[in-house]
Amino acid sequence: MKAKRILGLFLTFLKIGAFTFGGGYAMIPVIQREIVDKNGWIEEKDILDIIAIAESTPGPIAINSATFVGYQTAGFWGAVAATFGVVLPAFTIIYIISFFLRQFQELKAIKYAFMGIRAGVLSLLINALISMAKKCPKNIFSYIVAALSFLIVIIFDVNVLLVIIGCAVTGVVYALIAKNGGEGEKK
Amino acid sequence: MIFLKLFLTFFKIGAFTFGGGYAMLPLMRQEVLANGWLSESQIINFIAVSESTPGPFAINMATYIGAETAGILGAICCTLGVVLPSFIIILIVAKFFLAFKENKWVAAVMSGLKPAVIGLIGSAVITVALEVFFPAGLNVSTFATIQFWISFAIFTLIMILFKIKVHPIILMAISAFLGIASGYLTELLV
Repeated sequence: MKAKRILGLFLTFLKIGAFTFGGGYAMIPVIQREIVDKNGWIEEKDILDIIAIAESTPGPIAINSATFVGYQTAGFWGAVAATFGVVLPAFTIIYIISFFLRQFQELKAIKYAFMGIRAGVLSLLINALISMAKKCPKNIFSYIVAALSFLIVIIFDVNVLLVIIGCAVTGVVYALIAKNGGEGEKK
Repeated sequence: MIFLKLFLTFFKIGAFTFGGGYAMLPLMRQEVLANGWLSESQIINFIAVSESTPGPFAINMATYIGAETAGILGAICCTLGVVLPSFIIILIVAKFFLAFKENKWVAAVMSGLKPAVIGLIGSAVITVALEVFFPAGLNVSTFATIQFWISFAIFTLIMILFKIKVHPIILMAISAFLGIASGYLTELLV
């Protein structure tokens, strides 16, 4: 029974990995359809938890969701099966593409194509930035952190890792100050 | 040892980027450039390939960078590296699920990380824009080149098409077609 479920998880996530473009959030509705509606492995309300957990832990959203759903459904091996399933199609497809790219990247037509594509990618990136900015909390603290991390990297070329750690610490320090300030006011 | 270096670098990227997808780009870009694994334009080219193929952005990038640097074993090391931190952390979190969800320290850390990711992606946008519009470095004379205006026109068109919800794969195909067409056209005319 459990082995069957683990195999089911692997195949389902293999399908999810092979047919969702754009990764991450694009996978959530497919996970809902395959895991909740079709197989009933986890409950509807848990889908929201998956998003919350995937967003507040490091790493790709797709991997976080696959590992989480796999574990909730069939324990450790379920997690392994789901994660392996979701990674395998991307890995295979990209490995094959990298092979062809190496063969053809010196061709003039391919060079011209990528010249156009780079301009297109810039607009995809800007749109991704806009949609992420919309989801970000809107307060002075957020604006300052966003502006500072932007300027520090662009002007001083500081290591991104340090900026990430610094901002996490800033978040904790700010929460502590806000808490103390709040208690102080009550007194 | 290149394989260990690839694995550890991508482990670091997997362990320290929150929000997935493009949120990984700033750190990934910095690490890949610092190690000289790919050039800036190769990275941008491959973002397009990632957008046009199925699967998570992070996995696509990791597999490609690994394959370009050290073949199939390199690809496995990078992919394993970027997946493993998530996998381990989620297993731990799943065990203490409710405690984690309501933890105020997690919320505090996220309040700093969410805006940071916006700022970092913003900085990546600037560097990509410089590479697209000023491949030979910031220079006023660039404005006089046909290439600048072609890139600018393609960029503007894709911005508009994105607004009317054309799928990213179609957008990449249109950009590629316009790139090829304008490339050969300028060759004929100039």
